[in-house]
This record gives sequence, C-alpha cells and structure tokens, in this order.
Amino acid sequence: MSALTFTVKRRLEQRVDLSPLVCQKLQNLDIDQIAAIELQNGKRKIRVDELFSLSGTDTQDLVIDGSYDKLDFIGKELDGGSITVDGDVGAYLALGMKTGTIKVSGSTGIYAACEMKNGFLQIDGDVGDFLGGALPGNKQGMKGGSILVKGNAGSRVGDHMRRGQILIEGNAGDYCGSRMLAGTIAVMGNTGRFLGYAMRRGTLLLWNQPQLSANFNDCGSHTLAFLPILFTSFKSLNSRFADDSVAFNRVQRYGGDMAETGQGEILVKI
Amino acid sequence: MIINGVSIDKTFAEAFPMKATRAIITAQNEKWALISAQAMTGFATSVIACGCEAGIERLLTPEETPDGRPGVAVMIFAMGGKGLAKQLETRAGQCVLTSPTSALFAGISGGKPIPLGKNLRYFGDGFQIAKKIGGKRYWRVPVMDGEFLSEATTSMVEAVGGGNFLVLAESQPQALAACEAAIEEMRKIPNVIMPFPGGVVRSGSKVGSKYPALGASTNDAFCPTLKGVTKTDLSPDIESVMEIVIDGLSKEDIDKAMRAGIQAICDLGAANGIKRISAGNYGGKLGPFHFHLQEIMA
Repeated sequence: MSALTFTVKRRLEQRVDLSPLVCQKLQNLDIDQIAAIELQNGKRKIRVDELFSLSGTDTQDLVIDGSYDKLDFIGKELDGGSITVDGDVGAYLALGMKTGTIKVSGSTGIYAACEMKNGFLQIDGDVGDFLGGALPGNKQGMKGGSILVKGNAGSRVGDHMRRGQILIEGNAGDYCGSRMLAGTIAVMGNTGRFLGYAMRRGTLLLWNQPQLSANFNDCGSHTLAFLPILFTSFKSLNSRFADDSVAFNRVQRYGGDMAETGQGEILVKI
Repeated sequence: MIINGVSIDKTFAEAFPMKATRAIITAQNEKWALISAQAMTGFATSVIACGCEAGIERLLTPEETPDGRPGVAVMIFAMGGKGLAKQLETRAGQCVLTSPTSALFAGISGGKPIPLGKNLRYFGDGFQIAKKIGGKRYWRVPVMDGEFLSEATTSMVEAVGGGNFLVLAESQPQALAACEAAIEEMRKIPNVIMPFPGGVVRSGSKVGSKYPALGASTNDAFCPTLKGVTKTDLSPDIESVMEIVIDGLSKEDIDKAMRAGIQAICDLGAANGIKRISAGNYGGKLGPFHFHLQEIMA
C-alpha cells in the first residue's frame, strides 16, 4: 500500500487550512471522498482536489508534495500515523498533535507544535516564533513529545512549555524558554536575548555561552549523571544530536529565573 | 542416583511464590557500585526476620548500564508486593541514595511498577527535578556530592523463593569448599540470587519449634552433633551439613542454578569428602514448587 500523496497543483493566494487532512479523519474514506473534503481557503471553501492531485491509498501514511508557506494547520491534533511534507509549511504545524510523526523538509511559520501533546516532529529547515508554545491566552504550551529542528528557530521557543523536548541544531531567537514550566530545550547554536525569561522549572541545554540576564545565578560547574542518558536517547535521531562528538556531561549550571521560583536551569557545555 | 561417588537423595526441595524486583546501581567505579549494592542487600538473608531476601545478581559493565558507568544488578524478593515495595524504598533510601556517586535504575520491566526514586525525590526538599527521557521518568535529587539520579520506578514480577539443596560432607572444611565451588558456578546463572552470607547457610531450619513464639528452628535431623539424640537423617560418617538457598524469577531459573551447583559439588566428588546431596523437604507443607533432585540431575 503506497502513501496517500497530496501533490500541490497550484499555489493559492489565500491561506489554506489543512486541518481536515490528518490520518485519523481520513481513515475509512475512499479517494473520492477525500478529494471532496472542503478546505477553508481565505474566506471561501475549496475542495481538496482543487488544490491537490491525489495518488496512493494509505491514509495512515500521508505525503504533501510541493508544499508552500500558506498551508496552515498541517497535522492538527494528529492522532497516529505519519505525515511527510516536501517543502515549506505555514503556521500552526502539528497544533495539539496527540501522537504520530510529522516530518517537514522545508521551513515552518509561527506556532509550530503549539500545545503538542505527544509524538515526534522533525523540521529540516527553520521555524517561526512560538515553537512548542501556548496559544495566546493559554497557560500551557507543549505537554509532551519531541521536536527536532535542523535549522534555526524564531523567538519564544517553548513559551509556557510544560513537558517534552525541543532540539534545535541551529540558533534560537529571543526569549527562548520563556515562561517555561518544565521540559528540555537543547540549542546547539546561539541563543538570543532574555533567555529563560520567567521560566519556573525546566532545562535549557546549550552548547554556547549565552547572554544571561541578571535573574540567573551561577551554580558552578558540574558533571551531571542524567546527561549521558539524555544523549543516548538521541541516538535514534537522524541528527547531529545523535553524534557522539556533540555529547557532554560537564556543564556550567545557572539557576533561575530567580524572579520566579528559581527552579529552572540553564546548562552550558564546558 | 550416584554421581562421582556422591549420592543424590530421591527427594525434593520445596519452594514458594514470592514477589521480586531488580535494580541497577551504578557508581563512579565498580568498587563504589559494589559497596552500595552490598549495603542495600545486607541483612536480607531470609524473610523470616529480614522482611526480604536480597542479593547481588551480577556485576555489569559500563556498556550494560543506562548511564555508561560500572554497575551492579541486585534482586530483592519478598512474600508480598507491599512488603517488597517498602523494603526496596527503605534500602534504596538508606543504602544507595547515601552512597557516594551512586545512581539507581530499574533492572526489570513488564511487571507492575513500584516506586524506586519516585518517593526518594522528596529528599530534594523541592529542589528535585524530573526528567522524562525515552519514555522513562528520572528524578535528579541534589545531594552534597552532586546529584543523585534515580529512575522513578522499577517493576515487580512473580517469582519463586526457597529453592535449596543440602551438602552432606565428612568434615566442615570439605562441606564449605564444596559450597564455595557451587556458588561460584551458580553466580553465572542469570535471574537467581543466593541470599545467605556468601550464598551458604550453616543453620538450615525446619518449620516450627518447641517454643510457640518461634515459627522456625534448627533442622535437628541434619545437625551432626545430635546424631545420637534425635531422629537423625545423617549417617555416622557425616560431620557437617551446609545448605544453599536459591531465589529466582522462575522455577526454570532455579532448576538451572541447582543443577549448576550440584554438578560443581559432584565434580569434587566423594574423594573430597562429599557424601550426599539432599534437600529441604517439609512434606509439601511449605510451598507448591517442588524441585526433585534426581530429575534436575538426570
């Protein structure tokens, strides 16, 4: 059974909501029924086959070919199965994803993996702001699962993050880990200003010395036993994080945000 | 049945169902992992008075442990799940948490989860940190030498306790030498422990006592100094009897360990003063698992 492939026929001017195209909603539908699904496109509705040509049959293995940056809500609340995207995607990728796998070869817009609950998301390009964050007004962001970003991330990575891990091979923007409740964010590149702003608990794992605010206190250099276990868990990833040469267990530990409870930590490789 | 001059009694050992768990202790080096493991499995020879039976199963190489450091696998057996959980928590808290550089991990999966570091975390007084890695939850507890890392839970499984055999020899040194040879071989068998000191018991017990308060007392039928004054099970040439008790995750594991141990003793043979192999048989009153010596050695 081959993957159900949605190949973009033409790029529409208005944004498209692709939230109906997730594995659990397509289960038990035939190709004609899927082609007839209506998608919100700006203020009008279009049929799936107006935007895509369809091939393949496996509704648990979706491919979106020729994707572009106006396709929003891909993998919204995905509950099992996999979605592979060739190209860029718009906003709200993997919003509230419950389980399953999403891989994107290009870059994403804002709010990727927002309030994600579980599963695995890989983005080969860059991501916009609020990766793994909470929707405006909500108090908890990502609650579980793993995100791997091979490029750079925008601002507010893991805003209000509650659990799970975000791995960024490139740089992260300002306010990385802001208002974080728990979880782990690892950044191999550089981080911006206001790192860990108002974080309550959680771990920011860095390869490069950040610009720290006065709200973080130096706790000294340490060898931490959980780090080898953490790096071992990365071995299955197709990523630089799986490389033995990037692993370490010796860190400078900074505790904060002291304006909050001070139970968060920034661990910097030494 | 006679093997190398050693008579194998047509009898059986009786064993009973227990609950078991395994934990992995790691440390900066093997020396400190062993110290912690020995402390954790100390005073755990018999459920009669210790609350559990525990022992070191084997040493683990850094490649075999979750954190890549030298480690030790320990197993704990108890009569019930509640008792096992309590013993595990108490021993982990007093003997592993306190031991320099130690870390503690689950050593078995598939059974019912029981707390390992789940409650020890409160020692962190609010500074403890949870990390969920690869589907497993770990607790990082700040301690004076750095951080104590412990997996939150391990598993409790059904097991068998009380497998045993008796070594009857012409002298005490010969009985001990035979038991030492047996233990060396039995320690190579996975999923079993021999919980008594050095794996050997010199004070095997029978069920009951003339004193109502005691549930067990000396096995007078196998006490060589009582040969003339009690209903003895010993021939005149037997001067010393020692016992090896085995707890295992399954009957098959205990079978393998008993066979390896008895074979090692029989290899020494009658020439080294070993006369008989027998077993603790209480007429089927003690437990549902029966280990027939001659079937095991067939």
